[in-house]
Amino acid sequence: MEKLLSEFSIGLFFWQTVIFVLLIFLLKKFAWKPILDAVNEREEGIRSALKSAEKAREEMASLQSENEDTLKKARLERDGLLKEAREIKQKLIEEAKNEANKEAKKIIIQAQETIESEKNAAIVDLKNQVANLSIEIAEKVLKEKLSEDKAQMNLVKELVKDVTLK
Amino acid sequence: MKYYRKLLLIAVALFVGFANGYSTPLNFEKDNEKKGDIKSGIKEYITHHLKDSHSFSITSWKDEQTGEKVYIEVPLPVILYDQGFKFFWSSDFKHGKSVVSSGESYYKLEYHDSRIYKTDRLGQINYDENHHPLNEKPLDFSITKNIATIMIVSILMLLLFVSLAKSFKTNKGISIGIGRFFEPIILYIRDEIAIPNIGEKKYKNYMSFLLTIFFFVWFLNLLGLTPLGVNVTGNIAVTFSLALLTFLITNLTANKNYWGHIFWMPGVPVLIKVVLAPIELLGVFIKPFSLLIRLYANIQAGHIVLYSLIGLMFIFNNLVGSSLSFVLAFFISIIEILVALLQAYIFTMLSALYFGFAVAEHEGDH
Repeated sequence: MEKLLSEFSIGLFFWQTVIFVLLIFLLKKFAWKPILDAVNEREEGIRSALKSAEKAREEMASLQSENEDTLKKARLERDGLLKEAREIKQKLIEEAKNEANKEAKKIIIQAQETIESEKNAAIVDLKNQVANLSIEIAEKVLKEKLSEDKAQMNLVKELVKDVTLK
Repeated sequence: MKYYRKLLLIAVALFVGFANGYSTPLNFEKDNEKKGDIKSGIKEYITHHLKDSHSFSITSWKDEQTGEKVYIEVPLPVILYDQGFKFFWSSDFKHGKSVVSSGESYYKLEYHDSRIYKTDRLGQINYDENHHPLNEKPLDFSITKNIATIMIVSILMLLLFVSLAKSFKTNKGISIGIGRFFEPIILYIRDEIAIPNIGEKKYKNYMSFLLTIFFFVWFLNLLGLTPLGVNVTGNIAVTFSLALLTFLITNLTANKNYWGHIFWMPGVPVLIKVVLAPIELLGVFIKPFSLLIRLYANIQAGHIVLYSLIGLMFIFNNLVGSSLSFVLAFFISIIEILVALLQAYIFTMLSALYFGFAVAEHEGDH
């Protein structure tokens, strides 16, 4: 202990304390504070980057599942729509066919009726014309033939020949 | 990282090599002196080395022709307070051979205990029976070898860590160069020493002190292993100053809880409270005292062992003995490098622990 005390130098103690305290304050101001701040800032940055990356990953995952859901829904909807469309198409075709058939039948019947009536009218007309014509021809032929006595006679003879007395 | 490890290894190897290589030219002649003289020479050399000195000596030898000692050294300023400040250079003492006159007074350097004494014109120093000088001592504020070393280390630390701080700023929070080596150490002190011991809430107030003291002690310990032969952290005044700061910071920042635990320990019977109070109060002083003694004793002992082993080489003075002590000195050097780091770590760690006691918030009874 005595040796320790004899070794103790007040000058050295004084300078050591002054220099060391000064060193602490200088380093605090110019080194430790900026260094620790920078390190803290960096760590904060890393932490927040990791957090946001995690968040992004979660968002991505949720987005993906959402996408899948939507896709599934869309597919279902599409299937439903397709089915419906097919049904509608089928029905439409069916209806159209029926309608067409009906119409066609109707038209045919009408046509037949028209044809019939036209035919009848034509026949009647033709009959009339033929009758008129025949009468006219007969008249002309008769006028021509019967202008001569001989011919009249021949006709009479002819007619008479045909006439069989029953 | 691998590159740095390699670099560190080389640096360590160089350190050890130099420490051994350069320390060998001791100031005694092995040819014409007997072993006893060598032994006492070594002993004197070691005790002298362990002390502070007024000049920064690099090496010295005895001139063959004139028989006088030649010193290679850097003179340092001497500052004395003796009825006013006195300034002169340490080279004026001529290693205790000449008397320096300053103003009305005369001063002489006593070589054996490296102290300055006030003397008469002839430089007479009177001794008591234990060879302790009886002369009056002026207050000595000289920039001694240790103080010069402290200044150099302080400047080194300022340059190093301010440049690290700048590299952070200019490089977007990423350190470059030597800062890459020191940054993990700073983070280690924060994450493994400060936060676990002091707590997340209050550790920031103590970071500057802990970081400064760690690097200060570590660098000075390492510098003590270089051939410069400085012994700063093995000096009681330095360790006392460091421990005193820990003591002051601990007790000045302590909260009510801390004092409550010292003077009126909660949760124990009254009689034990009374008994515990003086013990706890004593502990307040013993804790920093253990810090100062631990650092001082470890570094001092390391230097003594290392120097003794190197000295052994000259005492053996044969191939087997000397090479054996060389190998021993080599391994002790490596261990000392470890001790240098370890003591800095322990000092910082225990300081942090004491700060932690001072600001601890105990909930409920304890």
